[in-house]
Amino acid sequence: MSTGQTISPTLTTESRGGRILRYTFSERLNHWITGFAYTYCLATGLAFWSPYLFWMATIVGGGPTARFWHPWLGLIYVAGSIWMLKMWLPDMTITDADRAWQKSVKYYVENQDDKLPAIGRFNWGQKIFFWVMFWGGILLLFSGLGLWFVESIPAWLRHLSIVVHVVAALATIGGFIIHIYMGTAMVRGGFTSIVRGEVSTEWARHHHRLWYEKVTGQKSDR
Amino acid sequence: MSQGTLQIRKISGHPGPVPGANVERAEQVCKMIDTTTCIGCKACEVACLEWNGYSFSETHFDNSYQTMPETQWNYWNLIKFNEHERDDGSMMLLMRKDQCMHCADPGCLRACPADGAIVQYSNGIVDFQQQNCIGCGYCVSGCPFDIPKFNPTTKKMFKCTLCSDRVSEGLEPACIKACPTGCLHFGTKDDMVGIAEGRAKQLRDHFGFDKAGVYDPPGVGGTGVIYVLHDATNPEAYGGLPKDPHVPLMVRLWKGPAKWIGNLAMVGGVLGVCLHYLRFGPKIVREQEDKERRDDRGGRP
Repeated sequence: MSTGQTISPTLTTESRGGRILRYTFSERLNHWITGFAYTYCLATGLAFWSPYLFWMATIVGGGPTARFWHPWLGLIYVAGSIWMLKMWLPDMTITDADRAWQKSVKYYVENQDDKLPAIGRFNWGQKIFFWVMFWGGILLLFSGLGLWFVESIPAWLRHLSIVVHVVAALATIGGFIIHIYMGTAMVRGGFTSIVRGEVSTEWARHHHRLWYEKVTGQKSDR
Repeated sequence: MSQGTLQIRKISGHPGPVPGANVERAEQVCKMIDTTTCIGCKACEVACLEWNGYSFSETHFDNSYQTMPETQWNYWNLIKFNEHERDDGSMMLLMRKDQCMHCADPGCLRACPADGAIVQYSNGIVDFQQQNCIGCGYCVSGCPFDIPKFNPTTKKMFKCTLCSDRVSEGLEPACIKACPTGCLHFGTKDDMVGIAEGRAKQLRDHFGFDKAGVYDPPGVGGTGVIYVLHDATNPEAYGGLPKDPHVPLMVRLWKGPAKWIGNLAMVGGVLGVCLHYLRFGPKIVREQEDKERRDDRGGRP
């Protein structure tokens, strides 16, 4: 199975409508484990954040249950993020092509995709999202350990942990909102790709032309 | 006074108004501890255990009178023994009964996310309601006196209740009842402050303790437990009593501006993506175009 740029995903036959494997089974499994763990921590974390959102803890079994699982699911989230980093590090490094794309991000937002430069397997926005979630997870891990073992640490570290946990969580929530929107409503085809793994050749060429050319070995005039 | 524990003035993690809002003002109860007449007998520690139904905990001998280093989830009342060297080189044993201070502005209650896990009754007692506690430990971070303690078996937080069960029946707290020297007093806050100030003046005027005074820290709005100290300018000497305690700045930031900025940002984010969809809509790559293009080029993808 593919683990990044080094090995090309296979181009399936024309009889299946010209589809390209975008996410391997391992990548999809990793995404959904990490995503589930994050979503659980988000719902329970929001319950602890505001009394008006405490019902989120109720739907997962009540306050004490939410409090019990939140740190463990947090560990799974960080473990999933590290696994993801291991698989995607080559794909997630920001390149000159990304910087060129970033300068034209306005056209991406306004759906004028024909004005965008060609981009690799992930675009600049996806990479920034990945790094926000990864480093946010690391900060959440260390500050979360402070909240978890609060009686074992000095007072100043308790107070620092609270603020770091809140700021890191809010940063990831910002990314999460955009990720959910883009993955489901905005970029059609994206959601099925992370579930079943495949995209159409045209989707690949449209959204990630450099990657498309790399995996198919074909030049495209778009 | 006895009705004071039936009405709630402040409540943790509660959406909407406090259940006891607009109740009639009740007398504030207060415990006054005169450290200058404490003999360190630990009768208050035993009475606390007896009344609250806990057995004696294992003690830690550290070459002093100290029973154990700090209060525990099932040991809410602990005398802190401190050897203090006076300016003239002579030694003084400072003894301070340590327990929850029952702050008027309780940091534990501010930090608590669980609805009704911490309440402040209209008589000023700050009480933990373990049936509502989720065991998160935020109260530990919120407390400037390091009082709430975690029970690892039940995963609930515990601390001194100021014997809210006794007080609601018109009785004084168990520790007060047991004190043989009368260094512990219980009554209304006004009365206790009056007695404490009188005692401090006596210490200043007749016993040569020029810096004697009352510890009733204004940073937490005053406390429901006040001390008479030989040297009110140096409370740290009494087993780390903080000089100017406040609800920690980070806790105030977290429960204040951070909450509003965070909520606005989250709601703004959700509204933002909805507006984007209304204005620009989805990105749809048509399979049809794909097919046409391939046909034009003789079947190449």
